[in-house]
Amino acid sequence: MSWLENRFEDNLIITSLDWAINWARRSSIWPLTFGIACCAIEMMATGASRFDIDRFGAGAYRPTPRQADLMIVAGTVTYKMASRIVRLYNQMPEPKWVMAMGACTIGGGPYFKHGYHVVKGVDLVVPVDVYVPGCPPRPEALLEGLMRLQDKIRRQTFARQPVEAATSA
Amino acid sequence: MAPEAILKILQETFPDEVTEVMPEGVHPHAVVRPDRWHDIALFLRDDERLGFDWLRCISGVDHIEDKLLTAVYDLHATGKPDTPGAMWHVRNEIAIKVHVDRDNAHIPSVADVWPTADWHEREAYDLLGIIFDGHPDPRRILCCDDWVGHPLRKDYEFPLEYHGIPAVTEYGQTRPQH
Repeated sequence: MSWLENRFEDNLIITSLDWAINWARRSSIWPLTFGIACCAIEMMATGASRFDIDRFGAGAYRPTPRQADLMIVAGTVTYKMASRIVRLYNQMPEPKWVMAMGACTIGGGPYFKHGYHVVKGVDLVVPVDVYVPGCPPRPEALLEGLMRLQDKIRRQTFARQPVEAATSA
Repeated sequence: MAPEAILKILQETFPDEVTEVMPEGVHPHAVVRPDRWHDIALFLRDDERLGFDWLRCISGVDHIEDKLLTAVYDLHATGKPDTPGAMWHVRNEIAIKVHVDRDNAHIPSVADVWPTADWHEREAYDLLGIIFDGHPDPRRILCCDDWVGHPLRKDYEFPLEYHGIPAVTEYGQTRPQH
């Protein structure tokens, strides 16, 4: 969308197109098949039939970052893993979103004080859109986080932004 | 075989090397000197009465008050079934402790005696800094290759940053103020 962004004023065509594009994007958030620790078990449960993340169009877990829209960082991020996470994030095409799932990825969690090898929050290495707290979060919580991400996508627009808003955002 | 009998055989064979035996308690063990530990390991494995063919675990311990590092080797001798269809069983069980100086921690590697020791010794080196002489692949196993220090030593100081990622020691200064 980069060639479209910031080129047109806000008008009926643009906002209608926004609505259509955002509907398409939020209805097909394909996550990356990427579980680091125990939160991944809950992520798998969310993907399975009882909770069924496919109801939200986010059930197509992609095995390659080049096809994924969403990286659910599900588990403890170690310093050794952090460089790999950054590489995976850089390999994902725009638009891309990151969800920090669980206490460890939000701020180190139980490894906050004595975890010599744990990154104190994955937002120190990649930008995070939605934080899902819990240890691990229940599948309902992950679905709630997904819905909040959909809300965030719904508010996106590619109309030209006022200069102040563009710099402050 | 009872722990007393195992320790007696060991003491008779290596009278100068075995410094302490503890046959009672939940963890019967012998303390041996590090110099000839490789020979002792070969004896423990190859002696027909003992037959310790399996190294269960190597645990590293940091005795900072005594300025010692300890490697604890938990050994297991597999007993073959006496009759066809019977169960495999534990024939002998014993632990060996090797104390070394904390500042000059060198223990002979037993990775050629028990292959299990390969990764366990790498772990003890990685986390406690015990150097196993003669190890076939003496690298770190858990931490990054360029990690500084050995994290499970009791005087270990946490890094303040790693490759640009801020890291911290105490509450309050943990996270950068965005």
